[in-house]
Amino acid sequence: MSPELLQLIAWSTVDTLVMVGLSGLFGTLVGLPLGIFLATSRSNELFPAPATNRILGLVVNATRSTPFIILVVAIVPLTRFIAGTSIGTRAAVVPLTIAAIPFIARVVEAAIREVDQGLVEAARAFGASPLQIVQKVLLPEAMPAVTLALTLTIVSLLGFSAMVGAVGGGGLGDLGIRYGYQRFMPEVMATVVLVLIVLVQGVQTLGEAIARRLDKRTRNS
Amino acid sequence: MLPSDLPSRPLIAFANVGKVYPARDNSAEVVALDDINLQVPEGAIVGVIGRSGAGKSTLIRLINGLERPSHGQVLVNGTDIAALDEGRLREARRSIGMIFQHFNLLSSRTAFENIALPLEIAGCARPEITSRVEPLLAMVGLADKRDRYPAELSGGQKQRVGIARALATQPKVLLSDEATSALDPETTDQILSLLKTINAELKLTIVFITHEMSVVKKLADRVAVLESGRIVEQGTTYEIFANPRHATTRKFVGSVTGGNAPDWLLARLRSECRPGDSAVLHVAFVGAEADQPVLSRLSRSLAVDVNILHGQVETIAGHPFGSLFISVPSDPGILRSIIAELQASQNTAEHLGYVS
Repeated sequence: MSPELLQLIAWSTVDTLVMVGLSGLFGTLVGLPLGIFLATSRSNELFPAPATNRILGLVVNATRSTPFIILVVAIVPLTRFIAGTSIGTRAAVVPLTIAAIPFIARVVEAAIREVDQGLVEAARAFGASPLQIVQKVLLPEAMPAVTLALTLTIVSLLGFSAMVGAVGGGGLGDLGIRYGYQRFMPEVMATVVLVLIVLVQGVQTLGEAIARRLDKRTRNS
Repeated sequence: MLPSDLPSRPLIAFANVGKVYPARDNSAEVVALDDINLQVPEGAIVGVIGRSGAGKSTLIRLINGLERPSHGQVLVNGTDIAALDEGRLREARRSIGMIFQHFNLLSSRTAFENIALPLEIAGCARPEITSRVEPLLAMVGLADKRDRYPAELSGGQKQRVGIARALATQPKVLLSDEATSALDPETTDQILSLLKTINAELKLTIVFITHEMSVVKKLADRVAVLESGRIVEQGTTYEIFANPRHATTRKFVGSVTGGNAPDWLLARLRSECRPGDSAVLHVAFVGAEADQPVLSRLSRSLAVDVNILHGQVETIAGHPFGSLFISVPSDPGILRSIIAELQASQNTAEHLGYVS
């Protein structure tokens, strides 16, 4: 492979990491609180707001059931408004974030619902406020599961990021399609796939290692 | 109504308390508690015993406001718990500790950090937290487990952490929700004696719920028996053991005192007397009589043979307590004098039937 191609692959890898990293970060900033809210706002829960819970649940489901490539095209005006452009890596972060938010919200909700209700009751018995219960009980106890959930999200985003080439998003997926497929350069395609495999493997291993460190529920931790 | 040994103002008082869970889509209205009147004197250990579903959990949760009564009043130290708003209720809960059947320790926190939790919630500063938690760890005998996670502790050790955590805010009352039900008998005894020590040394009032009469026997000063949401009987532990009135109470008492006849005896027991049969009596020895040679006196004074079929003698609330199943001659005249003689003292004698 020519040095130019190798450099292209290297830059595309950086593009992918930037897109996935930023959308993962922004997605978590919105998705984590949203997930906590979804897990605690049914009636008889810490922050009872059943109507809001149902509406947000619907919005989350609607976003999640929209195919990502359609989402990318459908929100072009929003993308242009936020990123100032609808083309390029910077623009691609917007739809990726929009896709990440409901995903993260649902996995965080599931992680928090897994926390033993007895712990919540104990905290209430000691005079904890709902906010303290979230901060001192639900989040720390759900942390191993949340870490695994975020790992899953990053891996999914790596997959999604391959599709943003459709709006000039750049990154590994885009490179693979333009060079590997359209220009029929199988060695580029193979390299792209290999790099993605290494990235996914790395993210997964790192995520699991962190989750294991956080998880004190087994004796030999 | 009020037993005479109560001080003038109880620390906790239930007055005509009821709890009704309203009907839901597919379930009818549930009356969890009905007309509960219960007083807990300061410094006492009060047990509430009942089968599962009797309303014990609801009752104990009314004391710290985890449940609110549908009607009636729950007074803790003179405050109507149900009338408090959320903020004040949280404040009040800090003077009421609670321990749980499944310990409910945070798996992500060490023993030290778990005990520190109520103090963090109350907004205590780090140095103060350390100075409170360290002595508590020592008190429950876990100073060397300070930095262990719950997964690294045994059931008994977890409950010790739970107890230390409940005492962290120096409460006046400790609520125990089946705290020993998940523990083996030996560990149960250790936890119960720890609770007794705490009660004596810290003058802490303890209210516990259980379905095991053996726990009541070892721990309680006073007992209330709960059945289908109503208190069917209450009194001092000794009164309840010595003279259980309600059928449910008798069942519970019998389960630990040998007051329930063994199966082999029940199988042979007949209600009509045939020639050559002996009469079977159940005799409960209580109070001062329990250590008197009642049977040998009976045997001498009436010149009858007394055969012990089944029995148990033990100490309950510091008093000796005996329960014997005996067989005696079935002649109606002699039988009547035997029962009269036995009942002349504080003992109770009940004629159960006949065996061959």
